[in-house]
Amino acid sequence: MTDSIQSITILGGRSKSGQPEDVNLRLVPGDLVAVVGPTGSGKSRLLADIEYIAQRDTPSGRCILINDQPPASELRFAWGRKLIAQLSQNMNFVMDATVAEFISMHAECRDNSFEEAGLEKLIGSVVSQANRLTGEPIHPDTPLTALSGGQSRALMIADTAVLSDSPIVLIDEIENAGIDRRQALDVLVQNQKIVLMATHDPILALLAHSRIVLKSGGIADVLRSDEGESELLEELQKADAAIMAVREKLRRGERLEGPGFKIS
Amino acid sequence: MKLITVAGPPSSGKTSMLLRVIDWFKEQGLKAGVVKFDCVASKDDERYRAKGVPVLLGLAGNLCPDHYFVTNIEACARWGQSLELDILISESAGLCNRCSPFIRQALAVCVIDNLSGANTPTKMGPLLKQADIVAITKGDIVSQAEREVFQYQVRKVNARAEVLQINGLTGQGKERLGALLTQAQDIDTLDGRKLRFSMPAAVCSYCLGETKIGSDYQMGNVKSIAIPDVPRPEVS
Ligand SMILES: Nc1nc2c(ncn2[C@@H]2O[C@H](COP(=O)(O)OP(=O)(O)OP(=O)(O)O)[C@@H](O)[C@H]2O)c(=O)[nH]1
Ligand SMILES: [Mg+2]
Ligand SMILES: [Zn+2]
Ligand SMILES: [Zn+2]
Repeated sequence: MTDSIQSITILGGRSKSGQPEDVNLRLVPGDLVAVVGPTGSGKSRLLADIEYIAQRDTPSGRCILINDQPPASELRFAWGRKLIAQLSQNMNFVMDATVAEFISMHAECRDNSFEEAGLEKLIGSVVSQANRLTGEPIHPDTPLTALSGGQSRALMIADTAVLSDSPIVLIDEIENAGIDRRQALDVLVQNQKIVLMATHDPILALLAHSRIVLKSGGIADVLRSDEGESELLEELQKADAAIMAVREKLRRGERLEGPGFKIS
Repeated sequence: MKLITVAGPPSSGKTSMLLRVIDWFKEQGLKAGVVKFDCVASKDDERYRAKGVPVLLGLAGNLCPDHYFVTNIEACARWGQSLELDILISESAGLCNRCSPFIRQALAVCVIDNLSGANTPTKMGPLLKQADIVAITKGDIVSQAEREVFQYQVRKVNARAEVLQINGLTGQGKERLGALLTQAQDIDTLDGRKLRFSMPAAVCSYCLGETKIGSDYQMGNVKSIAIPDVPRPEVS
């Protein structure tokens, strides 16, 4: 069932003040959509509605269609392989298990039946994927709760990317975790998925093909990115690369000098 | 009237969840009331009353709240019937992990939160094993992967129950839980009904108020812990 997703559609409900949302947004595989708006404007709520495949039964009154239809109940509440992978804002794990135990339990419950050797390999690949995103290497024997915010986030991302082949991915603010956000996005956004990403980060927002704008709990607008924005994105990426380079030099205890660090 | 027994560890989110579901019942035109069973103190009655929900509070004091429950639930059911409730919910904080307030043919709901540890479900006993519905709360605090793993651990202990995630703060999931709860059987009387699981056989001197420690003071149903190669005091 999960490999036959042709579309999801967001039908508007109402904002916190009861204003109707005039929205009918249909997304197809390959779409990357940013969700923007001030803190408290309802970005996480929108992602939660999609994760729940709301049927006008959440406070927002929104309705989410899958392949242009209300989902069957099995699809909403089914156990096992998930239609939707969600990376929420949580920065820390609370579970009492080591990294390796957690990955094995997660693999087991995603009913991937692994031989022991396969499991070892899987743990290795999740951990090494995570370590590509964080500067502080994660060890499989570390308890989850001893991981730093950045390590936890990197592991959550790697786990989502490697273990769940969900066709729909929801991301809530990957930027403020001290991880390489561009790499994180690349890891999560493999081709032919539908991705929605709440973000305050200009580069992430402009990488998206369109933006859902939220205001006081409601969807206020949906903007398509245009050519001017694509050019701006290139400029921003150059600036970002320059800042990263400076940060790296500072980290290594080097001096910053010369025209190499002039931006543009 | 339907009787629904809801139990779970302290602060697992029972009241928060129930207040949300009771809102949903109201939208469906159903009148619900609550009996709260606890040990020494509870302010849950005020929370229900503030929402206009008829409520009784029973404090077990020095009894196990589940023992106290079974000796009082029948009278509470009559109270609910006299108020012409459609649904009576009992909320108890299962404390000893050995008792459970579940009654045969009364829908049994276990509430447990996502923070309680991956191995907690295996330690929980009849409270979890005998439930018809397991409601898992506080999913907003953990990652999706942790929710999945925790739910899986619950399933391993009770594969028969309907397991669902519900958020006690936003009420997300209340419609599904509400719909399941309204399928509970109606009861006329509890007289002669049976508990799903016997309460522990525990009539020892300490049940009867003894406070001193030592073999001289232990009487009745006492069980000694196995300690290798150390002489054990005789139990009289
Ligand atoms: N984040 C979060 N907090 C929750 C959720 N459900 C309940 N809480 C919080 O957990 C705490 C305990 O909730 P209660 O509903 O009082 O728990 P309870 O099981 O009724 O507690 P007792 O009856 O005292 O045993 C409160 O601070 C709630 O706000 C949830 O889904 N998410
Ligand atoms: Mg309570
Ligand atoms: Zn007990
Ligand atoms: Zn005793």
